[in-house]
Amino acid sequence: MGDMPIIDREKCQGCGLCVSVCACGALGIVENTVKAVEVDECRWCTLCELVCPYGAITCPFEIIIENGQGSA
Amino acid sequence: MAVQVEFLKSIPYFSGLSDSEIDSVRRYIFEKKAERGEILSFEDEPAGVLYFVVAGAVKVFKTSADGKEQIFSIIRPGESFNDVAVLSGGVSLVSAEAMGAVTLNAIKKNDLEVVLREHPQVALNVIQVLSRRVQELVSLVEDFSFRHVTGRVAKMLLEYAGDGVGERPRLTQQEMAAMIGTAREMVGRSLKSLEAEGTIRMERNRIIITDQKGLREMAGVA
Repeated sequence: MGDMPIIDREKCQGCGLCVSVCACGALGIVENTVKAVEVDECRWCTLCELVCPYGAITCPFEIIIENGQGSA
Repeated sequence: MAVQVEFLKSIPYFSGLSDSEIDSVRRYIFEKKAERGEILSFEDEPAGVLYFVVAGAVKVFKTSADGKEQIFSIIRPGESFNDVAVLSGGVSLVSAEAMGAVTLNAIKKNDLEVVLREHPQVALNVIQVLSRRVQELVSLVEDFSFRHVTGRVAKMLLEYAGDGVGERPRLTQQEMAAMIGTAREMVGRSLKSLEAEGTIRMERNRIIITDQKGLREMAGVA
């Protein structure tokens, strides 16, 4: 299963703003809080993180060095 | 759906109005719905309508001559946009686009002028709204030394990746912004710029440093 946006259930107020801006249908409201329902569809656009008024959903990035590329 | 009185009472423009005053204002307000991607106001065009977001989110942005988009703010439920253009009688300085399905309440410029004359409290509320808007814009201008930010993002990526050995916690764009003292939006633009330069590659939730030497040059480090 791919990575999914991280939802803080204590901060999430179930307002659904993130669901309304999600262009790929990856998020949905289940039992009054947001859940990632279609993980494979998520393209990590981070719009959900941008619009959330409560900081309840985050889309962290892994920062890595590509092996054998560039010069050290 | 009819314009909801409870919603009108909750928005800053109409704060402090009595029920009868809200009723009086309500007859000028109409509802508008928009779908994702619909442009609600165009930069450089006259603005005849002031909007309040009831549900959903609207992106307010400017587009440069070379197509770069700068988001000024995200308008959430209870907030308004097109204020400056409507109140100044000039053209919109920014564009506004629905980020998903949105429901708006709106008032035409001429009707807003009637409301302002009939209800001085609304005029006082408008002054407060615009004052806060100026404060937000000043803060954004402070972050707008774009080249410096890209260099700081490049340096941050190099330092965070280190020698590439070992696991490190993942970072949100907000955390990256906090680390280098800038706005989240500037980090997003900088990452796109670095990718266009070929020094990094963005793969979903991974930032891959593909050209360390190039990135060091961007960062201004040896």
